[in-house]
Amino acid sequence: MKLLIRNGFVFDPQNGIDGEKMDIAIQDGRIVESVNPSEAVTIDASNMIVMPGGVDLHSHIAGAKVNAGRLLRPEDHYKDVEIKTSITRSGVGHSIPSTFTTGYRYARMGYTTVFEPATAPLKTLHTHEELNDIPILDKACFPLFGNNWIVMEYLKENRVEECAAYIAWMLNAVKGYAIKIVNPGGVEAWGWGKGIKSLDDQVPYFEITPREIIRGLCKVNKLLNLPHPIHVHCNNLGKPGNYRTTIETMDCISDLATDDKPIIHVTHVQFTGYGGVDWASLASGADKIAKYVNAHRHVTLDLGQIIFTDTTTMTADGPFQYQLYLLTGNKWINSDVEAETGAGVVPMRYRRNNYVHAVMWAIGLELALLVKDPWRVFMTTDHPNGGPFTAYPRVISWLMSREVRRKILAKVPRLARVRTNLSAIDREYTFYEIAIVTRAGTAKILGLKNKGHLGIGADADIAIYNINPNEVDPSKDYKKVRRAFRNAAYTIKDGEIIAKDGEIIKVPNGRTYWSKPEVRADLMDAMKAILVKKFEDYYTVKLENYYIPERCLVQSNPINVKASL
Amino acid sequence: MAEVKLTLKVSLHVPLDVSVISPDNFVGKSLEEIRSLNVWEGNRKARLDGFFEVEGETASSVENLTILLRGNGSKFRKLGRGMSNGKILVEGSAGLYLGEEMSGGTISVNGEVGSWCGTRMKGGLIEVKGNAGDYVGASYRGSTEGMKGGVIIIHGSAGNEVGAWMQNGLIKIFGDVGQFAGIHLQNGTIYILGNSEGRVGAQMKNGKIIVLGSVPAILPSFSFEEIRDKVKAGEEKVAGPFYVFSGDIVENGDGRLFISRKNNLHLKFFEKL
Repeated sequence: MKLLIRNGFVFDPQNGIDGEKMDIAIQDGRIVESVNPSEAVTIDASNMIVMPGGVDLHSHIAGAKVNAGRLLRPEDHYKDVEIKTSITRSGVGHSIPSTFTTGYRYARMGYTTVFEPATAPLKTLHTHEELNDIPILDKACFPLFGNNWIVMEYLKENRVEECAAYIAWMLNAVKGYAIKIVNPGGVEAWGWGKGIKSLDDQVPYFEITPREIIRGLCKVNKLLNLPHPIHVHCNNLGKPGNYRTTIETMDCISDLATDDKPIIHVTHVQFTGYGGVDWASLASGADKIAKYVNAHRHVTLDLGQIIFTDTTTMTADGPFQYQLYLLTGNKWINSDVEAETGAGVVPMRYRRNNYVHAVMWAIGLELALLVKDPWRVFMTTDHPNGGPFTAYPRVISWLMSREVRRKILAKVPRLARVRTNLSAIDREYTFYEIAIVTRAGTAKILGLKNKGHLGIGADADIAIYNINPNEVDPSKDYKKVRRAFRNAAYTIKDGEIIAKDGEIIKVPNGRTYWSKPEVRADLMDAMKAILVKKFEDYYTVKLENYYIPERCLVQSNPINVKASL
Repeated sequence: MAEVKLTLKVSLHVPLDVSVISPDNFVGKSLEEIRSLNVWEGNRKARLDGFFEVEGETASSVENLTILLRGNGSKFRKLGRGMSNGKILVEGSAGLYLGEEMSGGTISVNGEVGSWCGTRMKGGLIEVKGNAGDYVGASYRGSTEGMKGGVIIIHGSAGNEVGAWMQNGLIKIFGDVGQFAGIHLQNGTIYILGNSEGRVGAQMKNGKIIVLGSVPAILPSFSFEEIRDKVKAGEEKVAGPFYVFSGDIVENGDGRLFISRKNNLHLKFFEKL
């Protein structure tokens, strides 16, 4: 199929195009130089913005804990119902929408690629089954390694190469994309009734520190040449004063950075950017984190912006979820995934008149506005932890308009205004920068070469928003911005029009990406010989049953990487 | 007072969502417009007059409007949902979710009602002459927001979990109740004239539960406070004497149970404590 998008204001930051009026030609799902207008379907995009399809690098959309959240929260579903049409399925869910609904809602906002950032390897078959059900989107999942027994044993003995071989095997076995680290060592320590408070606390029995785990896995990541750097959820998440831990985490691998490339992605930094010593003295630590990030090229961040709404928190950070349960008194699910990780789910309502929540809200925005380079800070709500992804248009409007930020700040408790710096920040994002933090930058850090830009040969994943950047001043007309980003005028996926003005018109399957690192055979064999024994000792399942065959993925898209091993 | 009469003319085999039948929806509409309103029979959309004879006269203000329903409505769902004023009189049964989220006005039912009567109600009055099912004035499944205000009066008996997560208002039940009356009670009053099947006030945080009949036992997470002669249930003074318990300690709660002394001789040992 041929498609021609005419006269749109194109924002394509990877190719340096900033609102230029131009045509985009598409053929066979790719962007091409030109097509014959008489043969192509033409979309008149004059007075509209044309951007690459949105790329979300951190959104909990599938897997065991997401489903546990759905089961835990019937009350999340009944008010938010998606009615079936002739081509779409019905669904429910405000903060944890059902799989099909997730796909439709992302597509309506112009998103075409979404990555599930935490899956226990043992439960990843479930994750893939849900990912398979999510229509339209291209997706992938990050297996958890930060509390994995075998990883910790390797790293304790400083056998980084064998650890790399093990992780290569694991990514291949469960069809994972990158290395996710959640509260390194902390979840395991909690399992032994202990806690990790700093990077140098030892995990009981394993006698390894979070610092060693992060450094080890960062080295592994480099050895394997994975497309995405290590994806880290820091220790001490959700505790006042934790910005120090976050900076220490970023700094503990700074010596491993060799070139300009980021080697660590610190995720949902809002939850790990708190100053103060307790809840009563909670303050923003965003300025310190931003200062560090501005001075160091090896780090990227994403926000984990909170939204004042009712949502569901779910992380692999069991101890944090337990703290949250104690704090809120809400219902709670906890899980321990044998030798791999833990998890927890707690419903949460963020309230504007609660000063702690208001401070959290301000920290997220401060981070986005204080980090100078938009290529290294990305917009997420850590869906659904900070708020559902459907709130992205609101976050975009907050980033683009000082006025709306001031309006909200005027309504939050005074203490929250005093303890944060948001009111003093004048920066407003441009559409160009929004395109970076929502698609171009995220695609780049995920290592997706054909996504996040509109250059020749790129996947024809395109979002067209009905807003004229020359006429609308996003600083004043933030409501128009919100409306435009809520329902894309057109969402195009692989060269086909998927959604038009908020209506889904086509429901294709998306790809599932996974990394397939190629490791030296002798190293792999040596590792496997040991692995068989370890599996016998540690797991309740057999090694033979652990491997997820490629046929379990509806549209498998392995990314071959040559490891330096 | 204007009255719209709806007479059920078919016998129902699948649930009929009648949430559109409320004074707020009928006000200012002609009879013809009312007849053409949509109801859902199972998963099929249909017109109101496919099920009801519609007669009478409509009013221009909601407080003057009365809706009279005749027929066996045990398959009804969500009658009077979200109504804010006016009156619904049901001569017969009224099914599940009666008066869900209503904020004002009156619903009066001659027959029985199913479960979830007055769930998440905010104000107004529901009066049921017959029995009620489970979850009278409760929250939605999983939610922590139960009835927030208003009055529910059941002249018959009610099922389990009366007033679960109730936050305010009054539930008065003349008959017996099932288990877990007032579970997770946050505030408000539950007044039971009959017997309880037990586990009254489990996990309650605040509010009061009065039982004039017998209870099999008091949960161990309640502590005996005193014997009181009378207690107030809304405006009404109820004569005792009552054993007063406070709890639920498991939830750090400060709720009160008032259990009739006369009908619960087996609780006498508390007096020695």
